[in-house]
Amino acid sequence: MSDDPGSMMSEGVAPEGGEPWRLRLYVAGRSPKCVAALENLRRFCEERMPGQYEIEVVDLLENPRLAKDDQIVAIPTLVRRLPEPLRRIIGDLSNAERMLVGLDLKARD
Amino acid sequence: MMKVIEADRQPLAKCPSGIPGLDEITNGGLPRGRPTLVCGTAGCGKTLFSMEFLVKGAVEYDEPGVFIAFEETAEELAQNVRSLGFDLDDLVDRGKLSVDYVHIERSEIEENGEYDLEALFIRLGFAIDSVGARRVVLDTLEVLFGSLSDEGILRAELRRLFRWLKDRGVTAIITAERGEGALTRHGLEEYVSDCVILLDHRVTDQVSTRRLRVVKYRGSSHGTNEYPFLIHEGGVDVLPITSVGLDHEVSRERVSSGLERLDAMLGGKGFYRGSSVLISGTAGTGKSSLSATFVEATCRRGERAAYFAFEESQNQIVRNMQTIGIDLAPHLASGLLMFRTARPTAQGLEAHLATIFRIVRESRPQVIVLDPITNFVSVGSTEQIKLMLIRLVDYLKLHQVTAMFTSLTHGGEASRAESTDTMISSLIDTWLLLRDTESNGERNRVLYVMKARGTPHSNQVREFVITPTGIQLVDVYVGADRVLTGSARLAQEARERAEILLRSQEVERKRRDFERRRTELEARIAALRSEIEVGEEEMLRAVEESYGREAQLLQDRNDMARIRRADSDRSEGGPG
Repeated sequence: MSDDPGSMMSEGVAPEGGEPWRLRLYVAGRSPKCVAALENLRRFCEERMPGQYEIEVVDLLENPRLAKDDQIVAIPTLVRRLPEPLRRIIGDLSNAERMLVGLDLKARD
Repeated sequence: MMKVIEADRQPLAKCPSGIPGLDEITNGGLPRGRPTLVCGTAGCGKTLFSMEFLVKGAVEYDEPGVFIAFEETAEELAQNVRSLGFDLDDLVDRGKLSVDYVHIERSEIEENGEYDLEALFIRLGFAIDSVGARRVVLDTLEVLFGSLSDEGILRAELRRLFRWLKDRGVTAIITAERGEGALTRHGLEEYVSDCVILLDHRVTDQVSTRRLRVVKYRGSSHGTNEYPFLIHEGGVDVLPITSVGLDHEVSRERVSSGLERLDAMLGGKGFYRGSSVLISGTAGTGKSSLSATFVEATCRRGERAAYFAFEESQNQIVRNMQTIGIDLAPHLASGLLMFRTARPTAQGLEAHLATIFRIVRESRPQVIVLDPITNFVSVGSTEQIKLMLIRLVDYLKLHQVTAMFTSLTHGGEASRAESTDTMISSLIDTWLLLRDTESNGERNRVLYVMKARGTPHSNQVREFVITPTGIQLVDVYVGADRVLTGSARLAQEARERAEILLRSQEVERKRRDFERRRTELEARIAALRSEIEVGEEEMLRAVEESYGREAQLLQDRNDMARIRRADSDRSEGGPG
C-alpha cells in the first residue's frame, strides 16, 4: 500500500504516464492454477491497461534459483515490479475485484 | 529415576544427531529419513539445537544439510551460532551447508484465488540438490500461519511437505512453538508422528535450567525422563543422568591425597582415580587446606589440577596456604594449576556447570576441586544442586577426573552437620568429615573417613593439626570411653609419661633396696665366716699348744730320767 495519496488511482483508470507496468508471474510448469493465473492476468491487463503493460512469466521448474533470489513461496505469485512499490499477489487471480486492490488500482476498504 | 532402556527389537535406521547425550537417550539418534518435531517455548534453544544437528552432520558424519530459516536471515543466523563455535559461512563455502531465509512480508502480499506452496518445495529441493543434503531443518514453519491467511491451503500443503520430505529420504527437524495445552500452537504434531522432542527453559529464582524430553519416538525405545541440557560455547550438550553415570570406566589406579597418614587411612593408597571426594565440615575446620594439599600433591606429580573457588580469591588462597607450608605458586607459574574464582551468584547453575565442563574439556585437568559446593545454595535449591552434581560427577567420571568437593556444614551439632550432606553422599565415593571437638576451653579438629567405596578404610578418628609446615594427622588419645584431642590429649599423654616414669623409678628403688640388703646380708655372712675362721684358728692354736706341751712334758721327763739315770737300760733304748 502506498502512503502517497498522489499515487492512488481511481477504478477503471489505466496508469498515467508513459512508463508501462512491469509484471512478473512466477509459475511452476503448466499446472491448472498457473495456466488459469496467466489467463486471468492477461484478461485483466487488456481490460484495464491495454498496451501499457509487460508480462514476464518465470517458470521456477526451469529456474529454481529464482525462487530463493526473489523470495517466492507460493505458486502462482504475481509481482508488480513497476511502478513501485513492489507488490505481490498470490493465487490464480480469479477475482478481478481483488486484483484492483492488490495492484493498488483501487483503495482498500 | 529412569526407565530401563531396552535394546531395540526391530532395526530402525537412526541418524546420529552428533549432539552429546541425545544419541544415548534416543538409542542412536533421530529416525533416519523421517521428520522429527522439536518444539518448545520461545528462547528454549530450538534453533541452536537444530543448527547443531546440521553442523555435526556436515562436519562429523559427512552429511550436508539445508537450513530453511523463517525467522532469521542467514546473516543473523550465522552470527547467532558463531558464539557456539559454528562457522556457517565456512560450511556454506565448502558446499556442506545451504541456508535459505524464507521471508514473507504480510503487508506486501495479497491473496487472490487458489495457490499452493510449490515454490517453497522448489526452493527446498534446489537447496537439497545443490549440496547433496541428507539433513534438513525447517525453523520455524509455523511462521507461515501468520503470513498466509488460508489455513486450509496451508494445512494441506504442510501435509504434502512432510510426505515430500520422507520421499526425499532426508532426516529433517521441524521446529515449532509450544502451544497452550498442546505441544505446538498450530498442531504440527498432527503431521509429524515419528519423533517428537520437547525442549523446556525454566527460570526459577533467576536461575535458568534447560530440559529436554523425548515425548514420542515411534518404533524405538527411548529414555523418557526430562534430561537437562546446556547451551554453551561449544554447542548443545544433553546430559543423560543415569545412562552415562553407571556405564563409565572405573580405574583401579590410586592417587595420593598428599597426606601419607590419610592415604594410610584409605587402604594405604589414597583415592581412586576418577572418584569423587566430599570433605564436609563446619567453618574453619580445614577443608580448603586439605583441598590445597591434594592439589599441591597432584601438581607435584606433574598432573594438572583446576581449583574452582567460590568463596575466596586466588591470591587469598595462595597466600593463606603459604602460611601453612603449602606453596601453590610454582604450580600456577608452571601452568599445572589453574584457578577459576567466581561468586556462585555470578551465573546460574547451568552456566557454572557449562564452565566446568568447558575447562575439563579444554584443559584436561586430572583433578578438580570445587570449594565449596554449598555456596550454590544461593542460586539453586538443594534438589537442583543435587541434580547439578549428579551431572557433574557423571561427566567427571567419564573423563576420569578425580573431584574433590568441599561442603560447609552449619551448626556445632555433629549429627546435623553430617545429615546435611547425606543428600549428595550417594554420589560420593569417599567422604571425609572434619569436625570440631570442644573441650577444656579449646577447639580441635578431627578427621573421620565416613565412607570410602572400594577401599578398606580406617574407622579411626585422627586429630587434624594444621602446622606452619602443612597438615599433620595425629593419632588421638583413645581412652576407655573417650577420645582426647589437643591439649587434653597432650595432658593425658604427659600424665601417662609421668606414670610410667613413676613406675620405673619405683622398680629402680626396689632394685636398689634389694641390692643394699644383699650387700648387708653378704657382709654379715662374711663377718660370721671370719668369726668361724677366727674360732678355728684359736682352736688349732690351742690344739697345737696342747700337743707342744705334752711333747715338752715327755721331753722334760725323758731329760729328767736321763739325768737321774734311774733305769739306764731303758734310757739307752729310749727315745733320745
